[in-house]
Amino acid sequence: MADWYDTVEHDVLVIGAGGAGLRAAIAAAESGCSVGLVCKSLLGKAHTVMAEGGIAAALGNVDPKDDWRVHFADTMRGGQMISDYRMVEFFAKEAPERVYELERWGGLFDRTPDGKILQRPFGAHTYRRLCHVGDRTGLEMIRTLQDKAVHSAVQVHMEITLTRLLKDAERIAGAFGYRREDGRYVLFRAKAVILATGGWGKVYKVTSNSWECTGDGCAMAYEAGAELMDMEMVQFHPTGMVWPPGVRGILVTEAVRGEGGILRNANGERFMERYDQKKMELSSRDVVARSIYKEVQAGRGSPHGGAFLDISQRGAEFIKKKLPSMYEQFLKLADIDITKSPMEVAPTIHYVMGGVRVEAGAGASTVPGLYAAGEVAAGLHGANRLGGNSLSDLLVFGKRTGEHAAAYAKGLVATPRVDDRQAGEERALLQRPFEGGGKENPFAIHEALQEVMGTYAGIARTGDQLARGLEKILELQKRSGDLHAPGSMLFNPGWHACRDVRFMLTLCEAIFRSAFERKESRGAHWRLDFPDPDSTWAARNLIVRRSDGGMQVSVRPVPQVPAELAQLVQPRA
Amino acid sequence: MADATFQVFRGDAKRGDLVTYKVPITEGMVVLDGIHYIQGHLDGTLACRWNCKAAKCGSCSAEVNGRPRLMCKTRVDEFGDLPITVRPIKVFPVIKDLVTDVSWNYKVNREIPPFTPSPDDPGPWKMYPEDVERLFEFRKCIECFLCQDVCHVLREHEGQSRYMGPRFMVRIAALEMHPKDTRSRTDLLKGAGGIGFCNVTKCCEEVCPEHIHITDNAIIPLKERMADDFFDPWRALLRLFGSKKEPRGT
Repeated sequence: MADWYDTVEHDVLVIGAGGAGLRAAIAAAESGCSVGLVCKSLLGKAHTVMAEGGIAAALGNVDPKDDWRVHFADTMRGGQMISDYRMVEFFAKEAPERVYELERWGGLFDRTPDGKILQRPFGAHTYRRLCHVGDRTGLEMIRTLQDKAVHSAVQVHMEITLTRLLKDAERIAGAFGYRREDGRYVLFRAKAVILATGGWGKVYKVTSNSWECTGDGCAMAYEAGAELMDMEMVQFHPTGMVWPPGVRGILVTEAVRGEGGILRNANGERFMERYDQKKMELSSRDVVARSIYKEVQAGRGSPHGGAFLDISQRGAEFIKKKLPSMYEQFLKLADIDITKSPMEVAPTIHYVMGGVRVEAGAGASTVPGLYAAGEVAAGLHGANRLGGNSLSDLLVFGKRTGEHAAAYAKGLVATPRVDDRQAGEERALLQRPFEGGGKENPFAIHEALQEVMGTYAGIARTGDQLARGLEKILELQKRSGDLHAPGSMLFNPGWHACRDVRFMLTLCEAIFRSAFERKESRGAHWRLDFPDPDSTWAARNLIVRRSDGGMQVSVRPVPQVPAELAQLVQPRA
Repeated sequence: MADATFQVFRGDAKRGDLVTYKVPITEGMVVLDGIHYIQGHLDGTLACRWNCKAAKCGSCSAEVNGRPRLMCKTRVDEFGDLPITVRPIKVFPVIKDLVTDVSWNYKVNREIPPFTPSPDDPGPWKMYPEDVERLFEFRKCIECFLCQDVCHVLREHEGQSRYMGPRFMVRIAALEMHPKDTRSRTDLLKGAGGIGFCNVTKCCEEVCPEHIHITDNAIIPLKERMADDFFDPWRALLRLFGSKKEPRGT
């Protein structure tokens, strides 16, 4: 082994320490494997920590009629029939046990008067289904998993960015990257690698996502030859803060609507009556986001281009108990007391439904030994994710993927071979911004790509727009060959941003190519030139893969739902 | 547009100094926005940690004009025309600029015996609102380590080998008072936890961005438990015969 990098060896390497990564690492360790868990930030700070509303699971604690079949049907309908039904079935059946398990590991939830886990209503869930603790459910979940993981045989490697997956012929052999603190290179050898790297909301400007959400895992998987799926499906959460500018995009949890918040336009009209008379504010996210957008387009928007969300009628005591961080957030950052005044909100990028295509249940990608779980994996949420389904996704598929990756690793006699050449190539790429005469500022390129995504791949899309946006992204990709970073390798955000930008540009290209190809409107994907859903497209997923150095998009049939499950999803009277 | 004057610590463990930057002010701007502006437009090598920018992750702790704060929750307009000085939190060693080495906290956390329910009680559990609600306060902790930063024992007396600090007193309180936990951690509090070193000045409470009553609701009750277990002769006798944790009011 060369001496210019540190080498670490594990049976299973988990990249990402949010909910999915932690749950996967725990599962793999319980299977008896040596497990390494790598995160870009400090442990416990991953994007999961920001999840507010709750964990969707059909416990039936407050609505006894709820069971997995209803959760299955709601989720399939939410995904508009391009979800992988097998994933949805595992998900709906196993979510309750994963919640009870979290409780056995020390997690605490709000309770019903008779001592059970309390559940709250959320958009497009038939019953009150979200297990929650105030509006900080993500923190509770990540802290519980973190404490479980550090007392198991998981070795945590903090503040390391991995930038390339290593392969031994076709199968996975590990990953390579650098320590953020001092820039020292690190090579992980592993029999199996689990990607749990989350999404790529940072390709948009108005986003609820943290700096980490640059899609490294998805882009690395693509570069390693894995298939990506449904990349055009990007979720706009209906309610992000819009004012003042410093807080634009910060999320206002859907729990505000779940607990009775009402949306009004500039004329004071409860406009959801116009778009979904039955479910109103608790319609699915795609419908509510488009409704706000339409009101703004029609000249009935709030002063800063959004809508008003009002919960004040529930009274100060209720609000402070059920939505304490929302109360604090608006008071501190926007000078607004939400127990008295409405919040001003607008759609903000929140989640990606697309990602690495995986085997339902096992989380295996098309590259042997490479697995994916959580937001980076595609298939569960289809065209639109229901609120609360993300946290249960992380638990259900984190566990499953951890177990399957561990089984695969145990089946290998020897750790796959790593050749220094791949690491050397990656080092050359990483060093380039320090050397030569590059003149592009990575932060400026990042801003430019965000501008392109907002303008050409926003909430409403047309074929012409998408084609123009793609051209602009390809231009930025060229410019990104010329990035420059001053300073040293010691904790250098400018240098770190150089690789992030390249990952993001790859995913932007995939979003544009897929969005152009899907010539219909479905869920989060709204084409003004094809405004209706097209039933033939309901049977298709879009696949992106690298072929001869270029990006190829192809169509793959959606797995056929068997009759006994299909009848659960039939429209209700 | 008016500018704000930012004086930011630049340097590493060996040396460093305040560097002045002019940052355009936007409405509702927070200190973290200013740091991001410097990174994006003036100097991309400025190191700081942040994640959520919504006071939920506790990553962007710093000392702003001498006071330990979350940068994402500190409004620029509260300082008027004064320069805004941003330094790394003092109690942990500087790595670079605003980034400090907080790994000690993670080591301490591992030393705390984890949540331990009875193996004979697999659930689903019945726990009533009044059983769990007092614990929610402790569970709100976002691990920003500002309480550790202002703790006299850790900050001025280099007490890291003797006292785990307020953050971990909160952590232990959450475990000790959990209705389903069966383990006692009072020996840890008395020994390596070092709760006796806390002299109840409440500085930790003052800086907590989650408004946790660290001293009143966590540390003092834990001190009482520890005293009961070790200095009450009846309880000491019970301990001798290996009895488990007893249910208690606090």
